Amino acid sequence: MWKTIFRRLLLMIPQIIILSILIFIIADFMPGDPFRGLVDPNLDPAQLEIQREAFGLNDPLPVRYFRWVGDALRGDFGRSFNYQQPVVTVIGRRLGNTVRLSVVSVILTYAIGLPLGILAGRYNESVLDKTILVYNFVSFAVPVFVLALLLVWVFGYNLNWFPSRGTISIGADTTWERWTSMLYHLMLPAITTAILGTTSIIQYLRSEIIDAKNSDYVKTARSKGVPIQKVYTKHIFRNASLPIASGFGFTIVSIFTGSIFIEQIFNYSGMGFLFLQSIQTRDYSVIFVLVLFYGVMGLIGTLLSDLILMAVDPRIRID
Amino acid sequence: MATNQDAEAAVLSDDMAASSPPMGIKVIIREFMRDKLALASLILLVVLLVTIFIWSFLLDQAQVTNVSLWDSYLPPMAFSEDPVREGTRFLLGTDSAGRDIFGLLLIGARNSLMLGWSVALITSAIGIVVGILAAYYAGLVDNILMRIIDFIMILPQLMIIIIFVTIVPTYNVFTFALILIVFNWHGQARFIRGRALTVGRLDFISASRTMGTPSIVIMLREMMPNISSLIIVNLTLNFAGSIGLETGLTFLGFGLPTGTPSLGTLVALARNPDILANRAWVWLPASTLILVLVLCINYVGRALQRSADAKQRLG
Repeated sequence: MWKTIFRRLLLMIPQIIILSILIFIIADFMPGDPFRGLVDPNLDPAQLEIQREAFGLNDPLPVRYFRWVGDALRGDFGRSFNYQQPVVTVIGRRLGNTVRLSVVSVILTYAIGLPLGILAGRYNESVLDKTILVYNFVSFAVPVFVLALLLVWVFGYNLNWFPSRGTISIGADTTWERWTSMLYHLMLPAITTAILGTTSIIQYLRSEIIDAKNSDYVKTARSKGVPIQKVYTKHIFRNASLPIASGFGFTIVSIFTGSIFIEQIFNYSGMGFLFLQSIQTRDYSVIFVLVLFYGVMGLIGTLLSDLILMAVDPRIRID
Repeated sequence: MATNQDAEAAVLSDDMAASSPPMGIKVIIREFMRDKLALASLILLVVLLVTIFIWSFLLDQAQVTNVSLWDSYLPPMAFSEDPVREGTRFLLGTDSAGRDIFGLLLIGARNSLMLGWSVALITSAIGIVVGILAAYYAGLVDNILMRIIDFIMILPQLMIIIIFVTIVPTYNVFTFALILIVFNWHGQARFIRGRALTVGRLDFISASRTMGTPSIVIMLREMMPNISSLIIVNLTLNFAGSIGLETGLTFLGFGLPTGTPSLGTLVALARNPDILANRAWVWLPASTLILVLVLCINYVGRALQRSADAKQRLG
C-alpha cells in the first residue's frame, strides 16, 4: 500500500512538470506579466515593451520558465497587479469561502443521493423508483447555469427564502451572527450544487443494488434468517457503495476548487468568482496561478480516487 | 405423410421468421413506440427545430435588432410606444434597447443550434478518425495519440477555454467554434477508441488482415459499421453537451461575440440582478428553451442508446 502511494506520488512529478510547462506556454500569450504581476497590463504598447525588457520578460522562454520554477519552489508565485499583494494571499482569502460552500454542498449531495439511490434500487420498478429516475435524468441533463438561475429566481427573489447574492450580510458582527449569516448565504448555491452532484451516486447505487438483490450472498443471508432491513444496511449497501468510492477522490478535491458558474450567479466570492474577476481586470498573474492550482488539484483527484478505490476494495490492485 | 412434413416445415419457418432479430431502423422505431416519453421528446424536438429554423429565416434580422429607446423593457404582449413602429406587438416583450425578445429568441436559438451541431459534428468526426486509427494500429500510434489526449485532459477545460477566448487576437464565431473543437475532441476520441478496440480484436478483422484487405478498407468498411450505432448515440449526446457549453460560455460573457444573438446572450442579461428579479420575460424564455432542448435531445439520445444495446432494450 505505502509502496504504491509512494510510486504514484513519484509519477505525479512529471505530470506536474508537463502541466506547468503547458500552462506556462499558454500564459506566455497573455500580454503584460502573467508570472510575477509587476507590469501594468493597461499601459500602451511602447511603455509595456520598455517595462517588459526591464523585468527580463523578453528573455527566451526556457530561461524564464526556469526562473519562474525557482521562484515558485521558494513559495513566490508573483504578485497580483490588481490587489498589489502576493497572489498566494489573494487566493488564500477566497479559498475559505469556496471550502465552506463546497463542504456543505458535499454533505447535501450525499444526504440527498444516498437515500434516493438506496430507495430506487430497493423498490425498483415502483412509482417511487420511476420518480427518482426522472429526477436523476433531469439533474443529469440540465445545464448548471439554467438550474442555478431558476432556483435563485424562485427561492431567492420571489419566495425570499434565501439570500440571493454574496457570502455574508453587512450587519453581522458577532462570531455566531457571522457564521449563521454565512451558512444562510451558502445554502442556495449548495443546494444547487448538490442537486447536480447526485446524478452518478443515484445511478451507481441503484444499479448495484438491483444486481446485488439476486446475488448468492444475499440469498444466503436471507435463508439463514437475517432480517431484510439488516441485509440492506449491512450486506448490500457496503458492496453497492464501492463504485461511489471511486469518485470520492474528485469530491475531496472539488472542495478546494468550487464552480465558476455557481459562484458567478450567486455572486459568491470564492475561487471561481476570483477567476472571472481576474479575467475582467486582466490580472494575469492570478489567472496563471489559479489555472495551475486547478490543474494540480485535478491530478491529485485522480490519485486519491485510485487510492481510495484500492483501500475499500482489496481485489483492486493499481500499480 | 408428405403434407405433414410440409406443415412441420411451414411451422419451422414461421418460428425462424419470428426469432430473426430486428435490425437497424426497425429496432429504433420499436424502442420509441415502447417508450412514449421518448416519442414525445422526439416529436417536440422536431417541432421545435422546424419552427425555429423556418421562422428565423423568415424573420428580418435587421428588424429584430432594430433599437428603439421608446420601447425599452416592454412587458410581454405590449404594443410598441415608438411612433415609428406603431401597432407592433411584442409577444414576449422587449429588452433594454427595445428589441423584440421573441425575434431574438428565434434567431438566438438558430445560432446556438447551428453552432452546437457544427461543434458536435466536427468533434465527433475527429474523435472517430483518431479513435479508430488508435484502435486499429495500436502500439506506438495508440500510445502517442493517447498521451496527447492525456495532456489535454489534465488542463482545467473551462478555464483554458475562457483564457483562449480572451487572448485570441481576432475573435469571431469561427475562432470561438475552433476553440471549442480543440478542447472537446479528445473525449470523443477516447470513447470511440475504447469501443473500436473491442471490435478490432474480433476474429473477422484478423481474418480480413490475413487476407490482405487494405487497412483503410478494414477501418472504414469493417470497423466503422460495427460501431455506427454508438457513433449516432454519441453524436446526439455530444450535440446536447455542445449546446450547453456554448450557451454556458456565452452566459458568462466568453461565448459568441456581441452582435451574434444566442440563447446564451439572452440568459446572460440575467446577470443583472434587476433584470433577474423583476424582468423575467427577458431571460426566462431563453432559459426554458435551453432546458427543453437539452432535455429532449438527451432523452432521445438515451432511447437510441437503449436500442443500440440489446440488453437494455424495452421492446
